[in-house]
Amino acid sequence: MKKGSCMRHLISQLLLSVSICIVAIPTLATPGINMPYGVTPVSREIYLLHMAGFWVCCFIGAIVFGVLIYSLIKFRKSKGAKAAHFHEHLGLEIVWTTIPFLILVALAVPATIVLKHIHNTDESALTIKVTGYQWKWKYEYLDQDIHFFSNLATPLEQINNLAPKNKWFLLEVDHPLVVPVNTKIKLLITADDVIHAWWVPELGIKQDAIPGFINENWIYVTEPGTYRGQCGELCGVYHGFMPIVVEAVSQEDFAQWTTEQRPSSVVNQSKKEASLSTEDLLKLGKAGYERSCIMCHQSNGEGLPPSFPPLKKSRVATGPLDSNIAFVLSGVPGTAMQAFGEQLNDQTLAAIITYTRQAWGNDRLNRIHKNPIVVQPNDVAAVRQSKK
Amino acid sequence: MSEAITHAHDAHGHADHHGPDKGFKRWLFTTNHKDIGTLYLTFSLIMLFIGGAMALLIRIELYEPGKVLLDPEYFNQMTTMHGLIMVFGVIMPAMAGLANWMIPMMIGAPDMALPRLNNWSFWLLPFAFSMLLSTMIMSGPAPDFGWTFYAPLSTTYGPKSTDFFIFSIHMMGASSILASLNIVVTIFNMRAPGMTWMKMPLFVWSWLVTAFLLLAVMPVLAGCVTMMLMDRHFHTSFFNAAGGGDPLLFQHVFWFFGHPEVYILILPGFGVISEIIPTFARKKLFGYRFMVYATALIAIVGFVVWMHHMFTTGAPYVAQLYFMYATMLVAVPTGIKVFNWLGTLFKGSITFETPMLFALGFLIMFTLGGFSGLMLSLVPADYQYRDSYFVVAHFHYVLVSGSLFTIIAAVYFWLPKWTGHMYNERLGQLHFWLSVIGMNVTFLPMHFLGLAGMPRRIPDYALQFTDFNQICTIGAFIFGFAQLIFLYIILRSCFGKKQDHVSNQVWEGAHGLEWTLPSPVPYHTFETIPHVS
Repeated sequence: MKKGSCMRHLISQLLLSVSICIVAIPTLATPGINMPYGVTPVSREIYLLHMAGFWVCCFIGAIVFGVLIYSLIKFRKSKGAKAAHFHEHLGLEIVWTTIPFLILVALAVPATIVLKHIHNTDESALTIKVTGYQWKWKYEYLDQDIHFFSNLATPLEQINNLAPKNKWFLLEVDHPLVVPVNTKIKLLITADDVIHAWWVPELGIKQDAIPGFINENWIYVTEPGTYRGQCGELCGVYHGFMPIVVEAVSQEDFAQWTTEQRPSSVVNQSKKEASLSTEDLLKLGKAGYERSCIMCHQSNGEGLPPSFPPLKKSRVATGPLDSNIAFVLSGVPGTAMQAFGEQLNDQTLAAIITYTRQAWGNDRLNRIHKNPIVVQPNDVAAVRQSKK
Repeated sequence: MSEAITHAHDAHGHADHHGPDKGFKRWLFTTNHKDIGTLYLTFSLIMLFIGGAMALLIRIELYEPGKVLLDPEYFNQMTTMHGLIMVFGVIMPAMAGLANWMIPMMIGAPDMALPRLNNWSFWLLPFAFSMLLSTMIMSGPAPDFGWTFYAPLSTTYGPKSTDFFIFSIHMMGASSILASLNIVVTIFNMRAPGMTWMKMPLFVWSWLVTAFLLLAVMPVLAGCVTMMLMDRHFHTSFFNAAGGGDPLLFQHVFWFFGHPEVYILILPGFGVISEIIPTFARKKLFGYRFMVYATALIAIVGFVVWMHHMFTTGAPYVAQLYFMYATMLVAVPTGIKVFNWLGTLFKGSITFETPMLFALGFLIMFTLGGFSGLMLSLVPADYQYRDSYFVVAHFHYVLVSGSLFTIIAAVYFWLPKWTGHMYNERLGQLHFWLSVIGMNVTFLPMHFLGLAGMPRRIPDYALQFTDFNQICTIGAFIFGFAQLIFLYIILRSCFGKKQDHVSNQVWEGAHGLEWTLPSPVPYHTFETIPHVS
């Protein structure tokens, strides 16, 4: 009798400590081990649903594994267990069909409600179009006439372990998406080439970006801050290198940011068409190359053939200038070589083309073939014009 | 078939068994179900090590942030090949091998109904996989778009080797269709007298249902890759939005195949477990009828849940609701299976030989994989889980500790019957414990990685994911090492010194026609048809 109660005490102690541990795990170590609670109403609802699902599974698991472990300990042949002869029980079958079914219904109700909330994109105050490209994102503020590309900002040296890594290694971009807090923002998500997915865990949003489709989703950020995510759908070689950074700022800061952005966002401004010195072009060109071209064509210009052809000694970069410009402006459909005419302004394009026509010994080949090695924004503008 | 048997008897004029051909010709021209089963299992074992080596390369690359060994393009080829090989080259052929070996012996038939077709359905496979693997040494990348090969990444943007991939998928599909046709015909026509439908062993039932699934969905996969081929070379635009096509159509067609496919991978395993647990619990399977119904129900519901792989593609609210509810329903028949296995264990007389250990490991870890599956069915939560490492953890729990564990359990269970030699029990137990530890160390942390926001199929990752990734890599090497022990155990019981002798029944609690045959099983069995009372 005494032994039994002692045992019971021990078991209850054990159960208590185990359950404290289980409760403590998700709450104590939330960052890095559990789904983030997030900063939008939807992310919080999703978190609560996730935890509800988790606890339901724990509950069922405790019963199933409890019976299993009890059976494995109690009914061992080595302990002299004799097999019983029963092998059917209709009542039991009905019970373990019905109870799980009811549990599922109980889980389906909140899931249905949250899903309805997610699908409600009405009454948004701001609309941003998000377009996935092979390995960058484009953001267009449809009402403010602002648009820009957002590229990975981590240098290639860090990826190749030649430099110490930043804190936000692979989760940093040159132009983050800036959004106001406490504003319902509708996102129109699509893609230009293959399927991508726009995923920011703390905003509780993952939406596929599909060429030819425009998917709607929305965010309502309640706390200012920087939130980071990544592309969620395999989209080619550099799928792991197109992060998303969202900066949520106060509404006043956002208003100021939009006024700052507007003038500089216009591609092909007249003042930028002024000619530059070769040195400036090369400096600008190297920086532009490292931002837009280096992932595929590599820093030594040798590319990663056959998927990404070399620029060093290439027929394009050491050929006639106009066809080189036209090539970069229109890209090669169906490959990773995009139509950069839509993405970069004339000055940047001129600088990058100048750089690629001079780097890695291309200048020597161009001189032999008597091809120009300096490209001015006007040259690019002329080709752009003639293509129209 | 019966004619052929009579003929064989006439030619020899006496009752003893005529043996197989010698050497290479035996294996190339064989129409014997046991030989073909062995071929399938051997092929699957070789593929397991090839696909496993690829998994280890993936894990090495992910050991720490920054480039470790592979460039991103090669990494993508590895994830693609690993998935294709494990699904089409390991699990499916291994299950087909078990079917070939066991179904005729379990239903009291002398062989499969269509023996020559059987030979062909196996021999298509080595050619299909040689072609697929040959893309690794071609100039230009091998297929690098993931085993799900979503368009337009695999069509407009696919590498040139995609055409070889398409052709090899066609060959694998033909092989599976022919094999399952053979299984259906065998089970319908060649059961021994008295072997009524509701007396059939559950392994046979599971394979019957699986074979129908295969017959229904493999042509869909063939259609899918054919449309890809048309898009790539014949100027159609099935999946190309710019030409008026629909990239989502690809996903609908693919997952209409792909979801039943996951039940194809696991249902025969359910059958194996339903043979092993009663044997080592020394108690009849609990709720046999309900197990049969549940198997059929899983298969039927499996046809109408495919869009749960596509919750983030922007489906309408009502469509998402339907697919969420339907998906949750799958948990009910799966639950029935688990509860009935528990009912079998309850008040049994249990021993823990290696096959039983793997069966119990399956029971626990497959249930865990089922739990994450249930969580994945909740659409809003799925928005966060989809294409993250949480999904990777989920499907490795149901495929490694699910399908693969059932195959390993089956091999330990029937190896003494096949070879006439007991495997080394001590090594078997070591294999089990190392596998369980390695498997959990590899895949449990992946849940946390996914929840914290690590996408799948990335060759490099942010610093905060480092610790768990290193644990995963260590676990993967433990698991890989454990399978070398498995290889050694198999080779030893096939080719090692013959000292022990196992009885016909092999296991104390074994029941069924296959255990009435001598161990090792003679080349021809049930030439006189048995009667089942």
